[in-house]
Amino acid sequence: MNQALAAEFGLDADEYRRVLDIMGRTPSFAELGIFSVMWSEHCSYKSSRVWLRTLPTQAPWVIHGPGENAGVVAIGEGLAAIFKMESHNHPSFIEPYQGAATGVGGILRDVFTMGARPVANLNALRFGDPANPATRRIVDGVVRGIGGYGNCVGVPTVGGEINFHPAYDGNPLVNAMTVGIAPAGRIFLSAAAGIGNPVVYVGSRTGRDGIHGATMASAEFGADAESKRPTVQVGDPFVEKLLIEACLELMATDAIVAIQDMGAAGLTSSSVEMAGKGGVGIELDLDQVPQRETGMSAYEMMLSESQERMLIVLRPGAEGIARAIFEKWELDFAVIGHLTGTGRIVVRHQGRIEADIPLAPLADQAPLYHRPTAPSPPPRPIGSLPAARLAEDLVRLVACPDLASRAWVWDQYDSTVGGQTVKRPGAADAAIVRVDGHRLALALTTDCTPRYVAADPEAGAAQAVAEAWRNITATGARPLAITDNMNFGNPEKPVVMGQFAGAVAGIARACIALDFPVVSGNVSLYNETAGSPILPTPAIGGLGVLADAAQAVGLAAAPGQDLVLLGGDPSHLGQSLWLREIAGQEAGPPPPVDLAAERRHGDFVRARIAAGGVAACHDVADGGLLVAIGEMLLAGDTGAVLGPAPDAAGFWFGEDQARYVLAVADGAALLAAAQAAGIPARLLGRTGGEGLTLPDGATISLATLRSAHERFFPALMES
Amino acid sequence: MRAGIVVFPGINRERDMAIALERASGRAPRMVWHRETDLQGLDLIVIPGGFSYGDYLRCGAMAAQSPVMESIRAHATRGGHVLGVCNGFQILVESQLLPGALLRNASLRFLSMDCHLRVERADTDFTAHYQRGQVIRAPMAHGDGNYFADDATLDRLEGEGLVAFRYVAPDGSVTAAANRNGSARSIAGILSPNRRILGLMPHPEDLVDPLLGGTDGAPLFEGLAASLAA
Repeated sequence: MNQALAAEFGLDADEYRRVLDIMGRTPSFAELGIFSVMWSEHCSYKSSRVWLRTLPTQAPWVIHGPGENAGVVAIGEGLAAIFKMESHNHPSFIEPYQGAATGVGGILRDVFTMGARPVANLNALRFGDPANPATRRIVDGVVRGIGGYGNCVGVPTVGGEINFHPAYDGNPLVNAMTVGIAPAGRIFLSAAAGIGNPVVYVGSRTGRDGIHGATMASAEFGADAESKRPTVQVGDPFVEKLLIEACLELMATDAIVAIQDMGAAGLTSSSVEMAGKGGVGIELDLDQVPQRETGMSAYEMMLSESQERMLIVLRPGAEGIARAIFEKWELDFAVIGHLTGTGRIVVRHQGRIEADIPLAPLADQAPLYHRPTAPSPPPRPIGSLPAARLAEDLVRLVACPDLASRAWVWDQYDSTVGGQTVKRPGAADAAIVRVDGHRLALALTTDCTPRYVAADPEAGAAQAVAEAWRNITATGARPLAITDNMNFGNPEKPVVMGQFAGAVAGIARACIALDFPVVSGNVSLYNETAGSPILPTPAIGGLGVLADAAQAVGLAAAPGQDLVLLGGDPSHLGQSLWLREIAGQEAGPPPPVDLAAERRHGDFVRARIAAGGVAACHDVADGGLLVAIGEMLLAGDTGAVLGPAPDAAGFWFGEDQARYVLAVADGAALLAAAQAAGIPARLLGRTGGEGLTLPDGATISLATLRSAHERFFPALMES
Repeated sequence: MRAGIVVFPGINRERDMAIALERASGRAPRMVWHRETDLQGLDLIVIPGGFSYGDYLRCGAMAAQSPVMESIRAHATRGGHVLGVCNGFQILVESQLLPGALLRNASLRFLSMDCHLRVERADTDFTAHYQRGQVIRAPMAHGDGNYFADDATLDRLEGEGLVAFRYVAPDGSVTAAANRNGSARSIAGILSPNRRILGLMPHPEDLVDPLLGGTDGAPLFEGLAASLAA
């Protein structure tokens, strides 16, 4: 046991010295393993914690903010929504199917462990250059993995987003979000209590899969990434489904004191965190752990990341009732230890004490780094630009990888199971899922525009929050809270750490201005391969609520409606898709985010929707105004005639924020209301016919637009 | 109508089915755990969709060996009504309560989208509230919905009028494009010879509420409720 071995476990010299101080002796192999995973970036947030503390996490409707397995907000009628987004990036590069599948499984457990029935899954995916031959394989595996797991557990996958960029070539991002519903007064937490109480293991048996996964997720990839495949876990969605039903059945009794899933770092993190949070000690007898392999060592069992396992502290005497429920569901159930008053974790195996560590210093003396930051270099200035050719540019834009129809992907995800999906993927700016037995509905979205964040981390991250807020607003729902999934490169590089710090500042600014607090989140660093980092990607998962699901508005326009632009004429081409796809430049500053305007415009839109009379609503985002109009027409299968308007590229393709297109029966009335509210508005045209007629008289047939829009994914994946 | 929904480990559309049945009949169905064997008093047994036993062997093969299946067989022999949807259809086929097999989709991908179905006969208790030839919409969500049987069996099914639903284009025509999972003769659902057992792949239970996109599935349950009113 020495410094060299510690380094192999991912602990640096300082950290190893700290281990020696805490232990007062040389740690055992198992003890060193426990320290190394608990102090890994993945589990300890040692590079990010100082920044995350600055995020706003409070609002009157927040029941539990960050620090629990997931965030909890009150949604009315005595109910709570429980949600979180989490990354599974590193495993998804090594083995896309299992990486993505277990990402879905892990986030589901974070949500149902708090007492919620999961009601919706979403995701945020980033892939490399479509021209890179590896991209197709990774897209295929990730989409199959998400579908394979989500479809089987019977939780509908209702939304998500996908970007392509060469910066993700060696490092795709798979961020999975789960939303659940629970009675607000029946939330289950992880803090252990009650000395002597039994500690119970349920779910799948422990194997040697995923050992040291958390450490793998805390390092860059080199050329040997393939050799790390044994650290990827294998998912079993069938067992997960049984685990959901068994846990919810047990939660209906009063048997549970505390419960947590065994996620990253498995038995180690769950037992250490549960006992640590409760200020008690814990003693584990590994001989009692259900195992699917023989001859496993204490080290292997403590660090295994076998999936679909939970750790539960029961009330004394509740073992019988709990065992009966898990046996009914044909799941393993074992009492593997008990709580103690020692404040230590003691691990016994085959008559020997394999680990004996004081819990307080393991948590309190975990490393915390104020890593140096450096500003991002300013974006390249915008060069000379071609004139916009509206029809041609629109057809090219709706066909580009970042805007093309995602139907090929959605068509592989079960979006209707549960019988509550009011707006399926692509039907509205946010997915709408009704709460079973109520009129209430949730509005759910995931958003981030990484090219904006790369150009200006603060503004780009504020934009991600604003877009999530806007997407919820555009359905008529009231935005309540977000979960943030921070995907960045190597934090030891000052520019990357600067991106992270800037993004946190941007999120904080937007959350405060929009009353949209952060209630849960996840950080994934070291997203680099061979020294090349991803685009900074703070993915935002947003949740809103509608008192009546019947009021939800989609984005599909119907014939005979006026199209109205709210929020002012666009003009900002910096970092726009038009600039990238048509002018061939990734340049300029991202669109500025005026949060006061954002709020004013959004509140007006929501009020108009609540008052009735808004047939469809879509925010102006990637691709700009003309793309937004095209998307509304394609979704509603109608054409439109657009009236006189500026012919500048910036007007039609600028990606200015705080703008919406509404389809209404009476455009004049909406213009008058907007004027009275001091909100700039413009009548764009009227829907109807078989094509989109532009102000210059050119007409694009809907069929042309649709075939361009739907070409990309089938061509990439099935050619 | 007293309906029971059979729950095998891994079934996941039992709540959707319960909503549709209660909406049509005004009576909450009984949830029947797969180890139960007493189905007395039930007019209709429903095996809903999902992934029984993870579909890890062949879809439906494990569930077909469950204790409750003997009771379902007895119920069917007594002339009782049985509805199997998606995984439920697969289980009925594996139990040989219906002929044929459900293979991997021709595309080898999971398919989740609305499809159009043509009602092939309206003189059954399942389809009494539809018109013959009517085209209805229903969500489908399956990886193994590619109906297969040998030609003799298919000819018999057609000859005896036991094809209940076919995948069609919105105008009712049978096309290859509308038959996305590759089913033999575009078959989406079949009946037993006494027309009291129906198995089908798509999910009428997920389209019974205008708020959720339509009510094309509702007449199936309303027809059953009317036929089995007690």
